[in-house]
Amino acid sequence: MSEPVIRVENLGKKYILSHQKENTSGYRYKALRDILSEKAKAVAQKFGKSEVKKISNPAREEFWALKEVGFEIRQGEAVGIIGRNGAGKSTLLKLLSRITEPTTGKISIQGRVASLLEVGTGFHPELTGRENIFLNGSVMGMSRVEIKKKFDEIVAFAEVEKFLDTPVKRYSSGMYVRLAFSVAAHLEPEILVVDEVLAVGDAAFQKKCLGKMGDVATKEGRTVLFVSHSMQAIAQLTKRCILFDRGKIQFDGNTDKAVSLYISGQRDDNQKPAFYQAPLTKTGNHLAWAQVHASEGGVHWWGEPITFEFALQVEEPNERLRFLFLVVNELQQPITKFWFFDSQAPFLRESGRFIVRCHVPKLRLYAGSYSLSTWIFKRREPQILLESVTNICPFEVSMGSKERPGLLGYEWNPGESIYLEDATWETFKK
Amino acid sequence: MNTKELVIEAGRSEKRYWQDLWIYRELFYFLAWRDILVRYKQTIIGVAWALIRPFLTMVVFSVVFGKLAKLPSEGVPYPILVFAAMLPWQFFANSLAESSNSLIANANLVSKVYFPRLIVPASSVIVSFVDFLISGMILLGLMAWYDFVPGWRILTLPLFILIAFVAAMGAGLWLASLNVEYRDFRYIVPFIVQFGLYISPVGFSSKVVPEQWRLLYSLNPMVGVIDGFRWAILGGESQIYLPGFVLSLAIVVLLLWTGIWYFRKMERTFADVI
Repeated sequence: MSEPVIRVENLGKKYILSHQKENTSGYRYKALRDILSEKAKAVAQKFGKSEVKKISNPAREEFWALKEVGFEIRQGEAVGIIGRNGAGKSTLLKLLSRITEPTTGKISIQGRVASLLEVGTGFHPELTGRENIFLNGSVMGMSRVEIKKKFDEIVAFAEVEKFLDTPVKRYSSGMYVRLAFSVAAHLEPEILVVDEVLAVGDAAFQKKCLGKMGDVATKEGRTVLFVSHSMQAIAQLTKRCILFDRGKIQFDGNTDKAVSLYISGQRDDNQKPAFYQAPLTKTGNHLAWAQVHASEGGVHWWGEPITFEFALQVEEPNERLRFLFLVVNELQQPITKFWFFDSQAPFLRESGRFIVRCHVPKLRLYAGSYSLSTWIFKRREPQILLESVTNICPFEVSMGSKERPGLLGYEWNPGESIYLEDATWETFKK
Repeated sequence: MNTKELVIEAGRSEKRYWQDLWIYRELFYFLAWRDILVRYKQTIIGVAWALIRPFLTMVVFSVVFGKLAKLPSEGVPYPILVFAAMLPWQFFANSLAESSNSLIANANLVSKVYFPRLIVPASSVIVSFVDFLISGMILLGLMAWYDFVPGWRILTLPLFILIAFVAAMGAGLWLASLNVEYRDFRYIVPFIVQFGLYISPVGFSSKVVPEQWRLLYSLNPMVGVIDGFRWAILGGESQIYLPGFVLSLAIVVLLLWTGIWYFRKMERTFADVI
């Protein structure tokens, strides 16, 4: 295989957090006043031989954004970097792109690095689109000649031909980000570092961006480091992923594995996977809790059985009480609806807590993220909605393998369909 | 493929820094170009502002110091005496104000992309230099008006411009890096500029200063620069007080040298602090 182009050894980055009233997180601007008053205090202590205890200043706390991180990336590899907010992804990118210095460790890089930590870095609102292309390009490390050569391509990709001589402050936000991404996408470094920039523009443009990124990684053979919270984009662009957790590498390897680890890990902390618990303050007829019994910790394998379980707290039984729920995809579109209209159900006549289970022997939703919405209502004349809870019990659907069974090289692409039916085929000559 | 290996390590003073500065040389131009473009957008008289402000200041100074206080004029029309000093002073003062604020104004760049940070304050000095060149036209106008022909010494002017540049750059670097960490300097800089105008020989000739104080007076680096400008432009009677000039020059060089040193030292933490 080819040589590693990025080698990271024992990398660490420490920040000092100052806990002050004015600012509870991050760095507070030091003012001369502070320095002077600290000095004065020190002098006063020396003379007064005060009993002030020498505590390690509680207002200052060390925080390791990254610690003992090491990995290698080879030429032409596209590597995803995932992790929760604050896991150290952005710090890593900042170190790789030399914006800030590491506290410990070493990074060796072969070749030119371009980092795209933000779309439109250096855009100036007063300047026109044309002027901003040049400015932004040069900030990103392109030479004037290079920008001139690519100018038409950039403009065409961004679809802003008509507005080239309008100050960008008058652009719509969509046009603005399109132009910004377009400049960035036409950089030609050996190593490209990208942070979350794909979350821009309308759906069509996002698709175009993803396509462009894919080209950069696969066709042009460049090394790409890609940070995103969109598991779809990660899965589409990369084969290898590094999963970060609280500043350390939790997993480094196959993207599918990393993604499912990330998704299952994501919910461990504050909630059980695919679970909902109503706030204790709720009264009246309501959903007490809900749970999706998926194949494995919040991930459902396509075509496997699944059980949706709900606990209804009924305080005012009523003959007309009904329950239904929807499975909703990431775009908030309802995909399928399940209703429970049994006129013999016990909660029509008694109060208390009732379990309602819905078994689906083969759930064939396509890979993606889904959640539930529930409705408790009184049916007809007039229909009265008693409670509706949306976006609960998030769960993932995975196809089980990256490639289609029996079709080597044909991967499951995100967003290809919503629902995948299990079918049998036949063919014969008539 | 560029096989040169880049190593990033804690506290490693990159040898590549100066090389990078060369690679990113176009950025000097682009940042300066941006600032100039932006400055006069949505103004009616645009670039004329670069002429009006120094011109009016010159008029006031000529009236106050020349007509009212009747200070000596080294044998040239008083407005020319004032303007020969006004040019480098305005350049210095603008550079100071612009560059001390430059890193903060470009905080989004500093925290999102890599390039040698030195480019940011340097290009704001360049912007002030462009203003300097524009207001230089007023001097030419004054010379034409008073029928004043400069001597051979005007040829040495580029040397003094260079000294002015070094002084502006040195002080600018100091203030830029201090301002990132201590925002107090946002308030200190206007004071330096305001006081500096009166303690530098802008409205009057430095000959006015008593002989025994002249060396002390030359501790102000702008004294050397302004005297140099007058010597080159006015010719004739104008003399350079040599010990003072050497002292000013030494301070200017020291300012730049320590400015670069301090800037480089602080640069590493800019992205974290800004």
